[in-house]
Amino acid sequence: MTRRTLLTLVTMGLLAVLPPVFYLTGNPFYLDLATRLTILAIAAVSLNLILGYGGLVSFGHAAYLGLGAYAVGIPAHHWLYGGLEGIGLNTTSGLVQIPLAVAVCALFALVTGAICLRTKGVYFIMITMAFAQMVYYAIVSIEEYGGDDGLVIDSRSELPGISLDDPLQLFALSYVGLVVAMGLVRMIVNSRFGMVLQGAKGNNERVVMLGLNTYAFRLTAYVVSGAIAGFAGALLGNFTTFISPEMMDWTRSGELMFMVILGGATTSAGPVLGAAAFILLEEALSSLTVYWHLPFGLLLIAVVLFGKGGLVGLLSRREGGK
Amino acid sequence: MTPVLETRRLMKSFGGIIATNDLSLSVTKGELHAIIGPNGAGKTTLITQLCGTQTPDSGSIRFKGRDITRMPAHRRARLGITRSFQITSLILEMSVLDNVALAVQARQGSSFDMIRPARSIKAIRDRAMALLARVGLQDKADMITRALSHGEHRHMEIAIALASEAELMLLDEPMAGLGHEESRAMVDLLKSIKGKHTIVLIEHDMDAVFALADRISVLVYGHIIATGAPAEIRGNKEVEAAYLGEESGGL
Repeated sequence: MTRRTLLTLVTMGLLAVLPPVFYLTGNPFYLDLATRLTILAIAAVSLNLILGYGGLVSFGHAAYLGLGAYAVGIPAHHWLYGGLEGIGLNTTSGLVQIPLAVAVCALFALVTGAICLRTKGVYFIMITMAFAQMVYYAIVSIEEYGGDDGLVIDSRSELPGISLDDPLQLFALSYVGLVVAMGLVRMIVNSRFGMVLQGAKGNNERVVMLGLNTYAFRLTAYVVSGAIAGFAGALLGNFTTFISPEMMDWTRSGELMFMVILGGATTSAGPVLGAAAFILLEEALSSLTVYWHLPFGLLLIAVVLFGKGGLVGLLSRREGGK
Repeated sequence: MTPVLETRRLMKSFGGIIATNDLSLSVTKGELHAIIGPNGAGKTTLITQLCGTQTPDSGSIRFKGRDITRMPAHRRARLGITRSFQITSLILEMSVLDNVALAVQARQGSSFDMIRPARSIKAIRDRAMALLARVGLQDKADMITRALSHGEHRHMEIAIALASEAELMLLDEPMAGLGHEESRAMVDLLKSIKGKHTIVLIEHDMDAVFALADRISVLVYGHIIATGAPAEIRGNKEVEAAYLGEESGGL
């Protein structure tokens, strides 16, 4: 077993055990923290597929979190206040909402990706961000769903056998979701598809000359990534029971990017460690000072500058030492 | 017999500079056709048009009788045209074996598989290893490509070109930057694959060109001024004039 595999197992082991222990010993706050962390980790894992392995620096990933959350909130809103009966979207059923979140995000990724992936470098970054901001302003302008005041989700998704109103069960679902997302990304990355994706990152022209239409591969990865992030968004909606366009602001996309890079792109544990470090530091620093953004920013810069390969690089090196 | 590759009256200019000027070329099956010419004669521009990364302004390119003038690069590659790059173009962060295996899987057309771990597919790995053995790199298979020498990179390029089983190989200066010994090894390697593929070779190393080529075309200012067997080209006055003051010693 390599150091990295060990690191992944330890990380996931701690994440599985600690939050429920805190909860059961009368510290429910830490379970909430862990649930938020786990959900954002799913989004970071999905971003890692395109940013880390695909070399596609998407600056609009928060849009999927938002769209996924609204795919829970909007049907719940109509369930309570009426409307959309004709297409059956007046429901609190998770079996409708979650697939809807995934499908909407996959479609959004397909349409915007088809355009974004025609550009590269800085242009790609800017155009992915522009599309995300479009969604942001679109939601702000819809009065029925609260505009920029946001939308309260009065009832969480109903799923057979589990109740998301129970924090422990919501955490468990998020954790399983994270494990599945990590497994999925790992499987894709190690497959022949993944070889092409990573090859195109290293040298696109070379891979094209091998007869492979790298655009199609990248677009597919982009859609898969968006779909997974949409799932994370549906969970986030259930967790916060309140959604606002602010959730998909470009600074949120930046935070997801930070999580991936901070933890270590192109690694399994990286996005999870990055999300954990991000959430925990944010929590710790903001309890010390209202000006917590400053030390937080400096710390992030330091890790990116000096910790080559992010936290995973840092940890597996120190533990390794051979 | 239709030639494997045929260009007719190809033109390509960049701004005011004419890089390819009324270029007609015919390459027959199984031959090693060298293209030589002074620096800036438009050799690499020609290759990029043949493989499809650039489109000519006018004229036509035919591959086995089929018009491919405006076909995108990845489709030409699938049709059986492969190129190696003048500046080594490998995936430096990947292992040597993965680089070649990617070329093998591309050839097999199974690249959209997202499920099976790529490195566990024995047929692809074995074929890639066999190709590495053919270019003498089997011992370096697991190394990161970045760690190999320039000469070894050039050999990898050939292994990747072979992996495509392409009918037509466009080799852009495979000897570029190689030392004397390395060049000789490359000439031996090219001799061993000659005849099995149709090869268009662009090369500055005249010893190599005259040792390998069945026919040579001389490109000057984007136009072919002479085509013939090595002996004919050696005695051609026009060719000598074009090279005078540049590389006259080479001929």
